[in-house]
Amino acid sequence: MFHRSLAAIALLIGAAVVAGCGASPPVQRVEILIHYSHFSPAELTVPHGVAVTFVLINEDPIDHEWLIGDEAFHERHRTGTEPIHGERPDEVSVRAMSSAQTTLTFDEPGDVDFICHFPGHEAYGMAGVVHVT
Amino acid sequence: MRRLISLVAATSALLVFAGPTLGCAGLIGPNGAVNLLRTTTFAGYHDGVEHYVTSFAFAGGEGEFGSLVPLPDVPTKVERGGDWTLQRLNIETEPQLFFAADAARVGAAEAQVLLQVRIDALDITILRGGGAEVGAWATEHGFRLPPDAPEVLDFYANRSPIFLAAVFDADAAAERGQAVGDGTPVHLTIPTDDPWVPLRILALGKTEAQTVEADVYLLTDHRPGLLPAPSSALSPDGFELTHSAKATDLLLADLRSDAGMEWVPQSAWLTKVHINSDAADIAFDLAIDADGSAPSLVDAGFLPYGPTPAPWTTPRAWALLAFAVALPLLAVWFAASMLRGRESPPLAGA
Repeated sequence: MFHRSLAAIALLIGAAVVAGCGASPPVQRVEILIHYSHFSPAELTVPHGVAVTFVLINEDPIDHEWLIGDEAFHERHRTGTEPIHGERPDEVSVRAMSSAQTTLTFDEPGDVDFICHFPGHEAYGMAGVVHVT
Repeated sequence: MRRLISLVAATSALLVFAGPTLGCAGLIGPNGAVNLLRTTTFAGYHDGVEHYVTSFAFAGGEGEFGSLVPLPDVPTKVERGGDWTLQRLNIETEPQLFFAADAARVGAAEAQVLLQVRIDALDITILRGGGAEVGAWATEHGFRLPPDAPEVLDFYANRSPIFLAAVFDADAAAERGQAVGDGTPVHLTIPTDDPWVPLRILALGKTEAQTVEADVYLLTDHRPGLLPAPSSALSPDGFELTHSAKATDLLLADLRSDAGMEWVPQSAWLTKVHINSDAADIAFDLAIDADGSAPSLVDAGFLPYGPTPAPWTTPRAWALLAFAVALPLLAVWFAASMLRGRESPPLAGA
């Protein structure tokens, strides 16, 4: 009896060690709703060093985009000419009445803005921020 | 109820471009420039039928561009409008030039297509659907809707799910020899007991700092009731009544002699509202009661559409509510005044 219990404890410890060595932190999932050309939530907090999957749900009958990056990144897109995004995880096109998702890992703490750069959309308030802790 | 209403909504339009949807900022229309159309609209209401006449002007350029117009009900007929009705009204009231619209293309989607008509270089589609459905239809057919379109389309669809999509084929217009500024008049016959003039859509796609400029003509049996009343507390700066008088026999005869305008009555009241207001302030429509009584707050967009708002949708109801609130305040003020009177110092020498 004693030996059997000891073996079970050893197995549990072993499993825990294996899990601790081989597994990465779980992916976080965040849903962002797009309604009347606004993001909801427009402000959210995620930890750094953890993969976060952003699910973008566009309820509007018009196309939108979700671009996340620093100020230089956004300044580039304010005058950009790319009609559709999708090649990069930080540039996502979300077609009318559809959803899209992307997974990002933020390396450092700080604030990162996300904006729709379709003409007039940022001025209309289609922007938000991710607080990376 | 026998009512006669004629409406001229100066503008109505969604900013749209034909061609593929464009992304990123700073892009311009497929023609290399933003094509703006000037659209003039007139609608007349007689025996429960609204006659809506609008003109889409050729603004030059190439490709397709057009506009979306909310309607109070389903048209039974869409045809080429008369040649001089809008111009004649301009002359009568010395109005200013009208509004701007934009571009699009036509097809079919979730929204129900009720009617499609080709008039000269203009493709007219009458749609029935919710805001999302009509917006999706427009997007799929080349309209590039501005960011406020989803909310504005819902604003209208909740009251009347009927929209007119007009697509101007600039190439066809050029082939027809139409010059820049030439308008194509369109006449819609709309049986309805709920006429109103869409104004909020004139601010669509505009920034708060931009202005909405429009002229609204009304031709009614009697002086109409308007909501918001021009130059009232509910109306913004630049929302003015610039003409209100019995229509002259000459005007009515001139209007009646135009194509499709035989419905114009022998006697009527002509009203013109001129709008030159900040876009941010035009968040309503013009509700009309042709009999001169209180128009609906719901029709004006001041109250949301719903199954039970009827008793509280008239200004009279709001006046009663204001009176009910003011009455106790008045009583308190009166009591306080009386109290102060008692506590006041005695007269000198008393």
